[in-house]
Amino acid sequence: MIPSTATFLIWRGDAQGGAFQEYRIGISEGMVVLDAVHRIQAEQDNTLAVRWNCKAGKCGSCAAEVNGRPRLMCMTRLGDLALDRPVTLEPMRTFPLLRDLVTDVSWNFRTKLAIQPLRTRPADAPDGTWRMMQRDVDRPQEFRKCIECFLCQDVCHVLRDHRLFDRYIGPRLLVYTAQLEMNPIDAADRLGDLKDLHGIGYCNITKCCTTVCPEEIKITDNAIIPLKERLVDAFYDPLTRLARALGLRG
Amino acid sequence: MSAAAISRSQVGVDGVRLGLTRRRDPWWVQPGAVFVGLAAFVVYVTWAGLQGRYYRFGPYLSPFYSPELWGSPEAWFGAAPPWWYPQWLRFSPAVFILWIPAGFRLTCYYNRGAYYKAFWADPPNCAVGEPRKSYWGENYFPLLLQNIHRYFMYLAVLLVLVLLDDVWHALWFTNAAGHLRFGIGVGTLVITLDVALVAAYTFGCHSLRHVCGGRLDCLAGRPVRAALYDCTSGLNRRHMAWFWVSLAWVGFSDLYVRLCAMGVWTDWRIL
Repeated sequence: MIPSTATFLIWRGDAQGGAFQEYRIGISEGMVVLDAVHRIQAEQDNTLAVRWNCKAGKCGSCAAEVNGRPRLMCMTRLGDLALDRPVTLEPMRTFPLLRDLVTDVSWNFRTKLAIQPLRTRPADAPDGTWRMMQRDVDRPQEFRKCIECFLCQDVCHVLRDHRLFDRYIGPRLLVYTAQLEMNPIDAADRLGDLKDLHGIGYCNITKCCTTVCPEEIKITDNAIIPLKERLVDAFYDPLTRLARALGLRG
Repeated sequence: MSAAAISRSQVGVDGVRLGLTRRRDPWWVQPGAVFVGLAAFVVYVTWAGLQGRYYRFGPYLSPFYSPELWGSPEAWFGAAPPWWYPQWLRFSPAVFILWIPAGFRLTCYYNRGAYYKAFWADPPNCAVGEPRKSYWGENYFPLLLQNIHRYFMYLAVLLVLVLLDDVWHALWFTNAAGHLRFGIGVGTLVITLDVALVAAYTFGCHSLRHVCGGRLDCLAGRPVRAALYDCTSGLNRRHMAWFWVSLAWVGFSDLYVRLCAMGVWTDWRIL
């Protein structure tokens, strides 16, 4: 059972400044945080800005910080929160604030353009098509579950605390790079870019990105660490380099 | 807006300082537990590794001292220390071995993330403020050396084979007539469980997973590699759990042999 009312402290403001504002509303069983925000909009303050779309955890629009934890508001049940104290709602700290709970995440899309796109190897068949087995497709397929909510970017301390936007592309874009790099028909080499331009060495494997991913993608174990290991092959492992120089390894 | 234009002033909520967070959960418990667990283990393993005695009891050999290269009549190369062993350092056979598992665990991908949080607060925990502004990641010396993890992995795999040999020896007890007889003691079970847990941790290593097949985009048509990759991936899913359980048990295994050798504990024979 959840109480009949709950108090929310919601960040109101823009890039120039702001403050938390308190709202007390009636709630009912099954409500999620986004429902509460909509009720506040409808009943108390229609100037409250919030971005949302699907309300089903698939569009990634309503990413915010609930009680200090990056989460999708539409996937956070009120019944799972301690409602004896006010619930804090604030925008993702990592990105520039537009207004209230809405941030500007466009940096992610611009940075994505700097990643080499898929470059296919020669076709396997005369009709210009490729042959691949399901088990080889499964690995990059995991990364296609990403809904680009950017919660992983928000929680990553390299971006969140150290603001290294010009040196590090963040977990979401490393997942995207892994998706391309592990594609069975891809022939591009992104390892040099990963090391020098995209700053994979800044990741210190705290696994916070994996923890917050609403799609439960194993970001660190299945994307970032495999990419780090490929980088070791290419740049740091003398035996692998020797084997490659002797033609013993492709 | 350019990347450089995303400055802290535009965040609009708060600055950054150590421990700054609006998280309600006890976020300090996890890094605190890692700190206590790792620190306690490092203190114990340093002490036990430098003792140089009470590491054998009957057919049992402490995993901290395995393989015993020099040190006792049963050692691979004899009892006398090698000529190049430094005079200033108290002689202990563990000195020749412990650097391998220590290096393997120190550069372990799971452990790196854990001790960066627990010992360096970088960050203290997810979405919790840090104490310092500068950050180099693993791009520069000394953390660049974390990339040698795979070499420690190769050595750690060899150590697992040695530990398996220890289990075999732990099955043969010398009777009153001086003959070797098959048997099982509690110590045999302790040592067997130790190698099982260490193997589960070692064979789930991220670097081994990469070497087995992760470096390839296509595993179809390579059944052996695919099977190895699937096995390492299966163990890798619980890498953190294997890390801690094997760490605790390897410490206990040394303690068991040590206390039996000191006469504090009795090793009960099952068979």
